[in-house]
Amino acid sequence: MITSSSQVDRGNHHEAFRVRDCALVALATGLSAQNLREFRDGLQRVHEGSIYHHFWGRFLQPQFDEPEYNNDFASWIYHGLHEKALAERLSVIDPTEYEDISSLREDILERVEERLDETEFVAWARVDEQFHFVRSQIVVLDTGKIIEQPEGLAKAVSEMSLGSIFYHFIDARRRTPEKIDDFSAWLLGWGEKYDTLRYSLMAIDPFFSSLKELRRIITSAALLHLGEEAGHE
Amino acid sequence: MNDLLVSYAEVAGHDVVDHLCQLAHPLRGLKIVHVNSTREGGGVAEILRKLVPFMEALDLDVRWEVLKGNTEFFQCTKGFHNALQGFAVGISQGMLDTYESVNASNAEELRPVLEDADFVFIHDPQPAALINFFPKRRGKWVWRCHIDCSRPYRPVWRYLKKWIASYDASIFSLAAFARYLPHPQYLIAPSIDPLSEKNIDLPESEIEAVFDEFGLKRELPLVVQVSRFDRFKDPLGVIEAYREARKMTPLQLVLAGGSADDDPEGKAVLEEVRRAASDDEDIHVLELPPDSHRTINALQRASDIVLQKSIKEGFGLTVSEAMWKGKPVIGGDTGGIRLQVIDHFTGFKVKTPEGAALRIRYLLHNEHKRYEMGTRARRLVRENFLLTRHLREYLALIVGVVHGLEDRIELIEQG
Repeated sequence: MITSSSQVDRGNHHEAFRVRDCALVALATGLSAQNLREFRDGLQRVHEGSIYHHFWGRFLQPQFDEPEYNNDFASWIYHGLHEKALAERLSVIDPTEYEDISSLREDILERVEERLDETEFVAWARVDEQFHFVRSQIVVLDTGKIIEQPEGLAKAVSEMSLGSIFYHFIDARRRTPEKIDDFSAWLLGWGEKYDTLRYSLMAIDPFFSSLKELRRIITSAALLHLGEEAGHE
Repeated sequence: MNDLLVSYAEVAGHDVVDHLCQLAHPLRGLKIVHVNSTREGGGVAEILRKLVPFMEALDLDVRWEVLKGNTEFFQCTKGFHNALQGFAVGISQGMLDTYESVNASNAEELRPVLEDADFVFIHDPQPAALINFFPKRRGKWVWRCHIDCSRPYRPVWRYLKKWIASYDASIFSLAAFARYLPHPQYLIAPSIDPLSEKNIDLPESEIEAVFDEFGLKRELPLVVQVSRFDRFKDPLGVIEAYREARKMTPLQLVLAGGSADDDPEGKAVLEEVRRAASDDEDIHVLELPPDSHRTINALQRASDIVLQKSIKEGFGLTVSEAMWKGKPVIGGDTGGIRLQVIDHFTGFKVKTPEGAALRIRYLLHNEHKRYEMGTRARRLVRENFLLTRHLREYLALIVGVVHGLEDRIELIEQG
């Protein structure tokens, strides 16, 4: 039977890891901006899901895998408006540092308004280079696969779909109270033996790699610290 | 896993195909129907020819139906197409009457299939009015727009909107193309099929053969644009760019294209292009039959640079096709080309024939850059513009439309 559930697998003490997968589809919000004031107004009004999308959802959308900026807002502010200073200020935002989307939105607005106060002229983009606020729907699936113990992590991750990497390594940071990835949270329940792997996973900056590259980095880290063992089914 | 899925797994990855199987599983048993207006020619037919068998291979119950129209109907819908791309096109009431009556008669023919379907995807404006004739439809109807309608000619958009507004959702290729409509507007970029005749790897001998077949010179660099003979693809601008570049760099140009059943303007544009090219033996204008997929594949692979200098473009599948073959692309700075051509990384976006000429000269001068950009271009397509990604988003959309506008839909087996 298919049911809807918001329950998320967490790393309880010595529990197996249930591998989930997800797919994302984007939706137009109808809001767009051609200058910095319109961008601020759109940011104030737009659905919270749009802010999620422009920081995280973009990973599962068509994009070039050598991004200059870690979120779509900074990227447009540089490429559309040529406001490099503001783009830089927005690009250092780590969304996991915020309590919720609402406080993230407040901080972005603060930085945009600060820039508006600094300048006498409002920067404009060409009509065909407007910023379009987009949101997304995520469909989460249970793969039926289980990682019984940490020694099976490298093999399991190497075989995961990019949707699973997104769900467990990117999306987890928004979804979980600790704002860390699911693998690190799971390893926490397995004691000190796995601390070095856990720290190395937590040290990975997820914002400048493609999901494929992240899969390779996580697999390498697990192999380096634990070696290889066929531990998932 | 059946043979087709195995073949896709070999190109796109086993993880990618496993993921699609998982996503398709809860949708088994749903009746899905696609409707468009031609089986041959143009990007939509090309996508459906691959998407439908792929959906079948995932055990989905899917059909592809084609609207039957007459000359006046297709003249009217070509007018719609041009108007949605921003041209002020006058369409007479008589043509609109034909449009509606063709949709009405097709509705009767398709009634048993469409009335019974759980999901109906209507592609582009040609069959958009069908929905009006299905007041008892039980499934969800989704209008899929493949056209850049970011700034449509408003009288025509107002006319079409009265049909489109009745749909349960619509799909646009880019956020910039979405129009205000009273239903959710999904954003799905199209894709190429790596296993199609147009994109599979070819033996070197077959690539070499195009030089003899079309009288091309092996000693001259080859620049190719493959697209329908359509003013929005700017074939005359391509010739201008070639002439400008040739002042500094010897080269030859191939403009290769065919026509689609639903495009009555193609012949006129082809004649204009032939006239413009008639005095130069190094410009080769090739009118190819609709089934020349391997020839197009070979021409793209034989080229040094591929152009797609469109001035308006829904998406520009030929860009991804060329990039899949490791070619840098000089593309018009418009529409979906912007998603594919990343300036200085996978090619160059240009606004003018002069801009295209400058980039042709630069790339012909730098073999290493051509290789570097071509490698990145293939990687971009592999990660983003293959049929597997396209299908994944269609399946997620079906789940999304069923569940309303929830941000997060969890399909978790209990127990």
